[in-house]
Amino acid sequence: MNAHLVSEISILVLAVFVGFAVISRVPTILHTPLMSGSNAIHGVILVGAILITASAHGALQLAVGVVAVALATINVVGGFVVTDRMLEMFKSRRPRRPGPP
Amino acid sequence: MSPPPGLTLLYLLAAVLFIVGLSQLSSPRHARRGNLIAAVGMALALGTTVPLLHPSGLTLGLIALGIVVGAPVGALAARAVRMTAMPQMVASFNGVGGGAAALVGAAEYLRAPVGGAALALSLPVVFSVVIGAVSFSGSGIAYAKLQELMRGTPITYAGQQAVNGAVAVAIVVLSVLLVVSGVGGAALLALLLLALLLGVAFVLPIGGADMPVVISLLNAFTGLAVAGDGFVVGSPVLIVGGTLVGASGTFLTKMMSDAMGRSLGNILFGAFGQVVATVGATAGPEGRSVRAGGAEDIGTLLAYAQRVIIVPGYGLAVAQAQHAARELADALERRGVTVDYAIHPVAGRMPGHMNVLLAEANVPYEQLKEMDVINDSFKNTDVALVVGANDVVNPAARSTPGSPIFGMPILDVDQAHAIVFLKRSMRPGFAGIDNELLYDPKTVLMFGDAKDSLTKLVAVVKAA
Repeated sequence: MNAHLVSEISILVLAVFVGFAVISRVPTILHTPLMSGSNAIHGVILVGAILITASAHGALQLAVGVVAVALATINVVGGFVVTDRMLEMFKSRRPRRPGPP
Repeated sequence: MSPPPGLTLLYLLAAVLFIVGLSQLSSPRHARRGNLIAAVGMALALGTTVPLLHPSGLTLGLIALGIVVGAPVGALAARAVRMTAMPQMVASFNGVGGGAAALVGAAEYLRAPVGGAALALSLPVVFSVVIGAVSFSGSGIAYAKLQELMRGTPITYAGQQAVNGAVAVAIVVLSVLLVVSGVGGAALLALLLLALLLGVAFVLPIGGADMPVVISLLNAFTGLAVAGDGFVVGSPVLIVGGTLVGASGTFLTKMMSDAMGRSLGNILFGAFGQVVATVGATAGPEGRSVRAGGAEDIGTLLAYAQRVIIVPGYGLAVAQAQHAARELADALERRGVTVDYAIHPVAGRMPGHMNVLLAEANVPYEQLKEMDVINDSFKNTDVALVVGANDVVNPAARSTPGSPIFGMPILDVDQAHAIVFLKRSMRPGFAGIDNELLYDPKTVLMFGDAKDSLTKLVAVVKAA
């Protein structure tokens, strides 16, 4: 096992704990926007899709890469836009009372 | 490939923005900013990728083509979707992400066919292809069920377990072959197709009411597939982004099944081997009478109450009645009636779905009460007004051990002094089971479209 792989595994393990810690403080009412927001974040696969397309050889690999780029772009753009639309509605219409209720 | 240190630090910054964005999504006040921060992180990650590329003009053009095709599709779909159709929209965005993750793994395998030695590469490739493809086709079935393109009820058939088992075994065998001996493109295609089949077979026997849990699980799956691709292409930002979603999505899935009072295993595999289970539950109370009332009676009942709790359900969402509900609440409040909304964790189609809809109708955030907060209040409530909800107030969840919803926490609507149901018909709720509460002597039913009924009630309350 080389050092590069070890550091990648370290990143993975730490990210698991961050993922749990971040979500354990979310109130129920934000679960749908949160699911939608995290759905947009896994659209980061677009980075991977661009990288493999850029280094593709031959028609088949290029075709697979381009389809991956298109799908990932839908995931990213749609994911963030739809989450923003949901959260737009949480704007407080009444002046919010200061402090906890 | 390992990028120069400067670019690696930019990727790190992008990953930090993802984490900050997700944590800001945890408060209603900062949630929107959190989404924007995550989007900035995404833009940064993409921008950082550009200097890494040394492609030919053709390749660059093709990448641009993919983005130019994908971006408007995603933006337009997200803009056009109605709030009621939000769950299936999230399902489809998740599905295409899973598809992309599977293809990235597949392309890398095609580029450099790997043998037994490069386990560190072939293992994540196979993992991402299988999980990504399951997420893609599973999300497709979830979309079709929620969009009512196909039957929402569990689809089961004789020998289903054997078929699914055979598919799963074939996937394992092929995966081992691909990892150990690198047998090539045809085997990879077969693996991809089998995984797509598994995704379909996995979601078919799950009922429409459980789709939110399934979508959440598949969202976590896509995250894991993306993390796997991070190992494949050697990109830490993919590992962080994917793992964040995989971990938080798994946790969210568990919280959602807890809110329904069921184990994840029961939701995912409950339909196997009980093909006729729900028939007996609906057959019982044929011919029993219910009490139906008109707008005059019910409007007066509401107008002279001191405390009213509105229980919104999916029927309210379908009828687009959230604005009419708020008008009724406003009219009642002007008469001095205290009005709250009781929000069941799984009201609508997803946790938080109902809050989104009511927020759209300008209902003040403070009036939306979660189940645990409001359940003690029902016994001091004059009228519980149930608008298009059914399963979440069904006492069978407490009293009937054989019921599919037994054990699910419910709103204690039965403790209110009077109960009003606004319903389109006597059809049972999404879970397909009858509700004893409809036959309770203190229950009055008002049949009709929820929006029409509420509008009529507003007129009566204003005149009273």
